[in-house]
Amino acid sequence: MLIIPCPHCGPRDEIEFACGGEAHIARPLIENKISDADFADYLFIRDNPKGIFLERWRHSAGCRKWFNLARDTVTHEIIEVYPTDSLPKKAAARTSYSSSWRRHTVAEKAAKIGKHSQTEGTK
Amino acid sequence: MAQNQPDRGQRKLPGGSQRYSAFALAKKAINYHQDWERAWRDPEPKPEYDAIIIGGGGHGLATAYYLAAVHGINNIAVIEKGWIGGGNTGRNTTIIRSNYLWDESAAIYEHSMKLWEGMTQDLNFNVMFSQRGVLTIAHSEHELREMSRRVHAIRLNGIDSEILGPAEIKKFVPAINIDQSIRYPVMGGFLQKRGGTARHDAVAWGYARAADDLGVDIIQKCEVTGLRRQGRKIIGVETSRGFIKTKKVGCVVAGHSSVVAAMAGIHLPIASRPLQALVSEPIKPILDTVIMSNAVHMYISQSDKGEMVLGAGVDKYNSYAQRGSFPVPEHMLAAAVELFPVLSRLRMLRHWGGIVDTCPDASPIISKTDVEGLYFDCGWGTGGFKATPGSGHVFADLIANDQPNKIAAPYTLERFRSGLLIDEHGAAGVAH
Repeated sequence: MLIIPCPHCGPRDEIEFACGGEAHIARPLIENKISDADFADYLFIRDNPKGIFLERWRHSAGCRKWFNLARDTVTHEIIEVYPTDSLPKKAAARTSYSSSWRRHTVAEKAAKIGKHSQTEGTK
Repeated sequence: MAQNQPDRGQRKLPGGSQRYSAFALAKKAINYHQDWERAWRDPEPKPEYDAIIIGGGGHGLATAYYLAAVHGINNIAVIEKGWIGGGNTGRNTTIIRSNYLWDESAAIYEHSMKLWEGMTQDLNFNVMFSQRGVLTIAHSEHELREMSRRVHAIRLNGIDSEILGPAEIKKFVPAINIDQSIRYPVMGGFLQKRGGTARHDAVAWGYARAADDLGVDIIQKCEVTGLRRQGRKIIGVETSRGFIKTKKVGCVVAGHSSVVAAMAGIHLPIASRPLQALVSEPIKPILDTVIMSNAVHMYISQSDKGEMVLGAGVDKYNSYAQRGSFPVPEHMLAAAVELFPVLSRLRMLRHWGGIVDTCPDASPIISKTDVEGLYFDCGWGTGGFKATPGSGHVFADLIANDQPNKIAAPYTLERFRSGLLIDEHGAAGVAH
């Protein structure tokens, strides 16, 4: 049984939460056309590390807010709780973020507004 | 579906190899069973093999056996980091059935079922395959209607399946509670009479012994630490007992598939999750079939020793810890006690978890990869045991011929790029 420290409600039993899987998966922008194989990286392929995993959780039977956890998949130790729109601060969790293969995928690059992008949201 | 009988291969026992039989048992009894030969060797790894199978579970050992028996490739090794059958092969609830919704699933699971039906004879090892029936229960009107649609689809594929009403279920399983006042009442169910259970350890041991007879080296306590490549080609595996050269590597490591794939720079659509099961103290026979319930995530059967064997749904988070969270079995036991009030004062003896490799479409991956000579058989998730012989059979075929046969073809990694998924989530009584 995990006791998860909800950033809003404090430590609660796992049964109150829903797990949303891998965190930090950015959706490729529609105007950045990428191949089906690259899109599969975003849609289906998942990081599945033996060790520190950055994942999304939701306090579904509590405050119903989303947040991120850095959790060890071998010891189940919760290393850090942090907001969904930021990166973890602890070094080990940070390494887990930067060393993920996903950082180098075309899908992730295509999630950013780039020179090929025709969106007007760049201002 | 008109399916031919699978090619079981020609197994020629080398001279001097013992056969198991009632006669052999009687003969050995004279000497107080002191002179039984060991069932398989414990060889040192050779410097080179024609093919290496990573993972000595049921699927891996079956793959090695069919490579040798059907395809005549004998210079192979099965590499296992622990002991054979010590992972998910020894942790499942041993349920076997082939009543799946989609044609692709029906093809592979029925292929497997046919191999189960002859396995004890093929391997000369009693795997205690018992076709005691698998009954999946519906708890709502909607579930019952959905179920009848599936039953018709399954029957169109030539697989036995029938709908039972509550009274028929009560007659078939006298211990069940069909009172309509309970939280999840029994509204009906569907039965595959050819389904059942087998002794899971015996499946690993039977394949190991038969493969060993054919010259396969089974190397235990040998962990793969790396995959060595030359360009896009595999040239060998790094292990805790040194480097072993080979041109073909078949990877059958269930929950650790993503870890081994990463050694070759491959990423899979797999999430490793704990799946829990438990057994009770042994009691007199009360249940001579298998009961599954999709809605309440519970499946139950009774072993030959008399223990009630119960399995739960999968835990909701990724883990490699081979243990899960307590609320999952608690939820399942609540449902079990409601359906079988006779269990309420039963004590549970053992409880464990296995790490299963779940796929987005709840169907397996039997596939070549972008690395030449590297093959994966994984993603069986919560239902791999029933597929053991069929999975090994088609995976051996893929490794031998370097292209998938008709049964394996839909299960490539390519389907996650093309979108041709085989969506078996919640289909045909799969408890996920």
